[in-house]
Amino acid sequence: MSAAVEVAEKKKSSAMYAGRPYVLLERGWLAFRSSTWIPVVTGFVEPVLFLLAFGYGMGNLVGDVTAGGTTIDYTLFIAPGLLANSAMNGAIYDSTWNVFWKLNESKLYKTMLSTPLGPLDIALGEISWALIRGLVYSLGFLTVVTVLGLTPSVWALLAIPAASLVAFGFASFGMAVTSYFKTYQQMGFINIILLPMTLFSGSLYPISVYPDWVEKIIMVLPLWHGIELVRAFWFGNITSGVLVHIAYFVAMIAAGLFVTSRRLRALFLR
Amino acid sequence: MSKPLISVRGLTKVFGDFTAVNGINFDVAKGESFGLLGPNGAGKSTTMRILAATSTRTSGTVEILDKDPEKFGPLVRAHLGIVPQEDNLDGELTVTENLFIYGRYFGLPKKFIKAKIEELLEFAQLEEKRDVKVQALSGGMKRRLTIARGLVSEPDILLLDEPTTGLDPQARHILWDRLFRLKEQGVTLVLTTHFMDEAEQLCDRLVVMDKGAIMAEGSPQGLIKQYSSKEVLEVRFGSDRNKEVAPQLSQMCERMETLPDRLLMYTEDGEKLLEQIAAAKLHPTTSLVRRSSLEDVFLRLTGRTLIE
Repeated sequence: MSAAVEVAEKKKSSAMYAGRPYVLLERGWLAFRSSTWIPVVTGFVEPVLFLLAFGYGMGNLVGDVTAGGTTIDYTLFIAPGLLANSAMNGAIYDSTWNVFWKLNESKLYKTMLSTPLGPLDIALGEISWALIRGLVYSLGFLTVVTVLGLTPSVWALLAIPAASLVAFGFASFGMAVTSYFKTYQQMGFINIILLPMTLFSGSLYPISVYPDWVEKIIMVLPLWHGIELVRAFWFGNITSGVLVHIAYFVAMIAAGLFVTSRRLRALFLR
Repeated sequence: MSKPLISVRGLTKVFGDFTAVNGINFDVAKGESFGLLGPNGAGKSTTMRILAATSTRTSGTVEILDKDPEKFGPLVRAHLGIVPQEDNLDGELTVTENLFIYGRYFGLPKKFIKAKIEELLEFAQLEEKRDVKVQALSGGMKRRLTIARGLVSEPDILLLDEPTTGLDPQARHILWDRLFRLKEQGVTLVLTTHFMDEAEQLCDRLVVMDKGAIMAEGSPQGLIKQYSSKEVLEVRFGSDRNKEVAPQLSQMCERMETLPDRLLMYTEDGEKLLEQIAAAKLHPTTSLVRRSSLEDVFLRLTGRTLIE
């Protein structure tokens, strides 16, 4: 018996899962080592630029902001929202464009599925990779913010696991959506959705400025939940509302994983 | 005879209203080199994907090492080495990284793979390219690396889909030599091809497929003996005259096939037949005596040539 068969017989693998999502991370690291750093840097720099432009530019005009009963400096107000944005950007970059490439151009997933790996290994592995990127972005952002003296308390450290959850949710959902796209034109939809969501979800101002019905729409979208979740931990302002945000992301993660692994099977194991 | 490694019965695959594979049966024994020969669209690749546990079947049974690939996909795939038709190497990685990560997909220990890589680089004659990104490799090198990659897991069966399509003659011969070595080492090979010379070189036994069905089965020599004469005389009279002289010529040989550009005359002695044609004062513009090949078998069975 060959070593490969021994491994396969020892593990209780199903048609969907071989129990090896970590090999996707190994592959991600090998490819990342020799790839260009430019997209990584831009993804990280974007929220920092927002912070500088709006925080110090607009902040001087706006002054203080009153949100949730407390009045705080404007730059301090937008920092956690931008952290959530940063986590989302990192996760989305890998789970949409990179996944699209591997699905349709390089056929990497097809190759992987001709080995004992299952669709759930691929979904979990790729989403974890995107999650790690989201986490690295948010850590970088937090470092910059701390250097600028904008972290209110040690509570802000808890914003990191919160941001990870946000990254995980977007990665999972992003990969699920991408698995249905066949052309670059369709991929354009992602930007059409992301840009307004980024601008209007309350990272730059409280959503209480909107009419009631707009506010309700925003509250359905994931980024608002992400921003509120990160903001709650950032200021140590933990209320029962936090549970709703967490539940929102747990549901997003579960749905994304389910859809992605089913879709991979439908695409490559038919 | 021991139990076959692969056993296929009544295998059928239907896509919509198109039947790609229509009730085929075959067995492959351990250590055998088995071929599926047929033109494009004969259902060879579909059959291969079903064997590789990456496609489902509509009906029939398939057993690979006593297991149904549809029920035990990952376990069956652990026994197989896959060399697909299109190059699907990991373009972001180097030669060694490609071999390494592929072994990791099988869950093999890093130490095991690292030792294996040295052996495989030598086999694929790619030692000097070990740290080169795969995009920089030639077509022949890529194909050799793909085969080496399929061998990382020490598979019981190596499945090769059109292994030399798109390669230049020299690269093909190098590849055949490598595959022949594997055959000598006792690796079970299953390959599809639409090149009759490839089938003759590499296959102990093969099935001739057309339109999803198996037309004949046997060894290359056995099939030629059964379905064709010893020699073939190919004559050309120019496209207009071919038709004119065809009825007269067909009287002179066992069997004749009329192709658009030439006439194929099946006989035991080609030279003698050519003399007879000359004696009948018919003067072909060109003539060629050759041994019968699998191409002639295919023509006899289907009335068409392999490459159209």
